[in-house]
Amino acid sequence: MWQIFHKLGSPKWFFGIASTLMPWLLWVGVALLVAGLGWGLAFAPQDYLQGNSYRIIFIHVPSAFLAQSVYIMMAVAGLVTLVWRMKLADVFVKAVAPVGAVLTFLALFTGAVWGKPTWGTWWIWDARLTSMLILLFLYFGVIALGAAISDEKSSARAVAVLVLVGVVNIPIIKYSVEWWNTLHQPATFKLTEKPSMPAEMWVPLLLSVLGLYLIFGWLACLRMQTEILVREGRTRWVQQLVQARGD
Amino acid sequence: MATEFTVTLRSPEVSVGTATAMKAVFVRDLKTAFRQPQDLLNPLLFFVMVVTLFPLGVSPEVSFLQQAGSGILWVAALLSVLLSLDHLYRHDFDDGTLEQLVLQPQPLFLLVLAKSLAHWVLTGLPLVLLAPVLGVMVHLEGNSVAVLCLTLLIGTPVLSLIGSIGAALTLGLRSAGVLLSLLIIPLYIPVLIFGTGTVMAASEGAPVAGQLALMGAFLMLALTLAPFASAAALRISLSNS
Repeated sequence: MWQIFHKLGSPKWFFGIASTLMPWLLWVGVALLVAGLGWGLAFAPQDYLQGNSYRIIFIHVPSAFLAQSVYIMMAVAGLVTLVWRMKLADVFVKAVAPVGAVLTFLALFTGAVWGKPTWGTWWIWDARLTSMLILLFLYFGVIALGAAISDEKSSARAVAVLVLVGVVNIPIIKYSVEWWNTLHQPATFKLTEKPSMPAEMWVPLLLSVLGLYLIFGWLACLRMQTEILVREGRTRWVQQLVQARGD
Repeated sequence: MATEFTVTLRSPEVSVGTATAMKAVFVRDLKTAFRQPQDLLNPLLFFVMVVTLFPLGVSPEVSFLQQAGSGILWVAALLSVLLSLDHLYRHDFDDGTLEQLVLQPQPLFLLVLAKSLAHWVLTGLPLVLLAPVLGVMVHLEGNSVAVLCLTLLIGTPVLSLIGSIGAALTLGLRSAGVLLSLLIIPLYIPVLIFGTGTVMAASEGAPVAGQLALMGAFLMLALTLAPFASAAALRISLSNS
């Protein structure tokens, strides 16, 4: 158990594992996403109320789902950084923070596009929307702090502290926002409630969620590999690797 | 400047108790702050000026101010606390006091807690005392003013405590000011929401005890958790410099 743990901390070992995993993650992910989106966009039945406009759910829900779980993954990695000083955990946080920010933005953007025909407005200060917006701010904070500290070790630990403080705050934000909103606009709440979907709708949705998860895994591996190459540029194995690829 | 601490710079066996050390840190922060009164006054002036902007910039009508007043006061208070956070550790960091503080045998998070409380006494408390005047100026009614002050009384310590994490994280960085706001504002949002929500409820005649209790829960959470995060952040920033 501890040996595996120890190995996990080694960038070289991870680099190799990632290289073998990545094609699987990418192609299975793409296959699932294409299947899910194709089914969802072209073949799933229309919604009786929203017509075709509901189909953006097949992009909106996976990205929103992932946006939140990426932050939680970052928090776990942050804890690992603080407790075990594992370099790879910090590489993960730095590599996926921009991805998480983009996914959050995507969720907000598709939500706005969906909101226009459904609610008649691009934006309302609804509980969900606001807490996603704050999540985006948290991502920006993590990226900004990571960029501001040049020393690698301090940067890793400072970012880890910030991510953990943020994760304590996420449930608070979620509930405070819901609470605050129900005080003012209880009616809009009903619109965001999920309708009970038939299987022809939720199966493709599930496929797209899984597909996006796998593609995220591929992207995380790729970005982590890049980060490792930059950080470990002076070690022999990286130089050998680069030379071998260069030939 | 650090004369108060020379007494604790002995071996741990003869060091003073934690409570004494906390009190020493607290009193020292108040003393050094009062030697530069302008620094204390600036956030308060900022608070008053930001509140003034809204009637002039948006609308001086009584109906608008009555509705938006609590929010305006809360946002202004939040911003002026944010502005004052830079002073929390900056001077001590520059003159080396902070390093001595970290080296003390007493737990760092308790000393940080004392510093945060001193910061609240120096910035949050004056804001609370000033709020009734501004509350009347934005035409809040009697009961709302009282509730507003109460929410500020409970809420501003939370702002100081959370802010101390951000101040510690950005210590010694070049663009610390903007970065600090970027990190801290998202964390301030719940306090703002509950603070203004409570005053809104009070002005509509609804009971506010529940919301005040929730704000109290925030305060307890911040009091117990924030000093740990600040202490960890301070150690990181000091090892960085």
